Amino acid sequence: MYKYILRRLLQMIPVLLGATFIIFTMVFALPGDPTAGMCGDRPCSPTFIAQFKKEHNLNDPLLVRYGKYMANVAQGDLGTNFRNIKVQDDLKTRYPTTIKLAGMAIVFETILGIVAGVLAGVRKGRFIDQLVLVSTLVVISVPTFVIGATLQYYLGVKARLFPVTVSSEATFYQLLLPAVVLGSISLAYVARLTRTNLVENLRADYVRTAIAKGLTRRRAVGLHALRNSLIPVVTFIGADFGSLLGGAIVTERIFNINGVGGYLFQGIHNHDGVAVVGTVTILVLVFLLANLLVDLLYGVLDPRISHD
Amino acid sequence: MTEASTIGVADTGVPVHEGGDVGEARSLASDAWRSLKRNWVFWFSVVLITLFVLMTVWPSLFTNTSPNEAILAKARERPSGDAWFGRDIQGYDIYSRTIYGARASILVGVFTSVFTVILGSVLGMLAGFNGGWLDAVLSRVTDMFFAIPLLLGGILFMSVIPNDANTPYFVVVGKVILVMGIFGWPSIARLMRSSVMQVKPNDYVQAARALGASPLRIIRSHILPNAMAPVIVVATINLGVFISVEATLSFLGIGLTPPAVSWGVAISDAIVASRTTPHILLFPSLFLCLAVLAFIMLGDAVRDAFDPKSR
Repeated sequence: MYKYILRRLLQMIPVLLGATFIIFTMVFALPGDPTAGMCGDRPCSPTFIAQFKKEHNLNDPLLVRYGKYMANVAQGDLGTNFRNIKVQDDLKTRYPTTIKLAGMAIVFETILGIVAGVLAGVRKGRFIDQLVLVSTLVVISVPTFVIGATLQYYLGVKARLFPVTVSSEATFYQLLLPAVVLGSISLAYVARLTRTNLVENLRADYVRTAIAKGLTRRRAVGLHALRNSLIPVVTFIGADFGSLLGGAIVTERIFNINGVGGYLFQGIHNHDGVAVVGTVTILVLVFLLANLLVDLLYGVLDPRISHD
Repeated sequence: MTEASTIGVADTGVPVHEGGDVGEARSLASDAWRSLKRNWVFWFSVVLITLFVLMTVWPSLFTNTSPNEAILAKARERPSGDAWFGRDIQGYDIYSRTIYGARASILVGVFTSVFTVILGSVLGMLAGFNGGWLDAVLSRVTDMFFAIPLLLGGILFMSVIPNDANTPYFVVVGKVILVMGIFGWPSIARLMRSSVMQVKPNDYVQAARALGASPLRIIRSHILPNAMAPVIVVATINLGVFISVEATLSFLGIGLTPPAVSWGVAISDAIVASRTTPHILLFPSLFLCLAVLAFIMLGDAVRDAFDPKSR
């Protein structure tokens, strides 16, 4: 087990290096002036540009620059953004909000998704199955920003059921509607995935055996079929948590949430390359770690899969 | 007509197996076709896609009003006989802009899908067919791109090379296609690799090799026809996803930018006015959702038809 974790962690290194290099190249090497927008609408003064270039090693060749940058990252230094605040400090204050939001979205999508999937799966071909299949397709096809803007308008502005925006404290109640919006598309995927796997497993011999030896249908489905059907669902949810931590850009923008996604969008909007690269590096790292955790969970859920 | 022919590739996911030389594969395809013919979901999506393709190729078939004709005096007018979907903040005719907006979305969706299928299939085929160190290297490279979420990569790339008002239409669209292709291919490559690895050990491939067929010939006439079906299905579903991501990028103000007419841009503009005149938001959103839905439904129906377990 420990050997497996170690091997996976070692495999992550080249992937992380490669992914950050792609991002680094895109932000700093593509045509475009890194100092553009830093001094408001006026062009920057030559002395400032010279100092900026020296600070960020812009005169070195790309690979050297990347090496120097990653050496700093390894020591926990993500650089300073153009408000002269350390990126890691900014992220520290914003991550709790995003984690809360993503966590709530995951809980929402997991519970509702699995319930809908099971309801559809045990009644395959009936009305409720068709209903779940069609409604999930519709949810998948509506982009997050349309769902977000619509719910914000009808539930927030018109019905006044939920707060329209989120304050910097980001209370549970304020985050409720954004979490529903954020989790809605994944909810549809979870429901469909649960249904497909359950339908397949319900036909398996071990379920027939369980029913033949006298278990109630509820017990055969709940204990035997469902447990096996949930393995791919767990994989999906784990990977989803990793991407929700970064993919909340749109939701955070609509509801004006002070999270990592909002920070990233601001950074992109202000052409703040340092903030962007730093944030994305952390996001990719979190994404990879989440996937590793999921693989480890596999062994717990399904004893047939071992990591020795 | 490049548009029409590329749509055809995504559209006719069904007869892929006909290129194969195995009798059984053909019967699977005809089985699938038989069950597709009876599926209302399939026909619904085919009709929708045909309509959207028509809008892309020939928007003047649907409307005579120019999408760029702004009548400010009538701004925010509600739907009427004069302007079926009403007018937006700038006084543009929403019906006309929605029809013309289909072009950007469909172009981006189709070309990105084709791009990812070509790039992903070639790399996945190389990795799966050759194995060994090439597979190891290509798989790691795939992982690297896979680690960057599509939307995140899109935002990064588009913000580095922004558009301005003078950027020609096809450059604006091309950039979105390029960036989504760069971050969209890994899922196709993984799928192709695993499906090639499933097909490769089959007897007919070994037989072809024993008869002295060159690797290129084995790939072209034996492996590709039998490994392509899942890729086509996922590419069709992805097409819907790409349209949705394009709209999201445009909504954030960095995908397609005015003067390009697009649903994402229209929705982004409409959000401001949604509290007083929701019809401005409704129509482009509706068309966008229908387009995404059509492609996802088509892919879903074709996959179900080809999956013997689902019948």
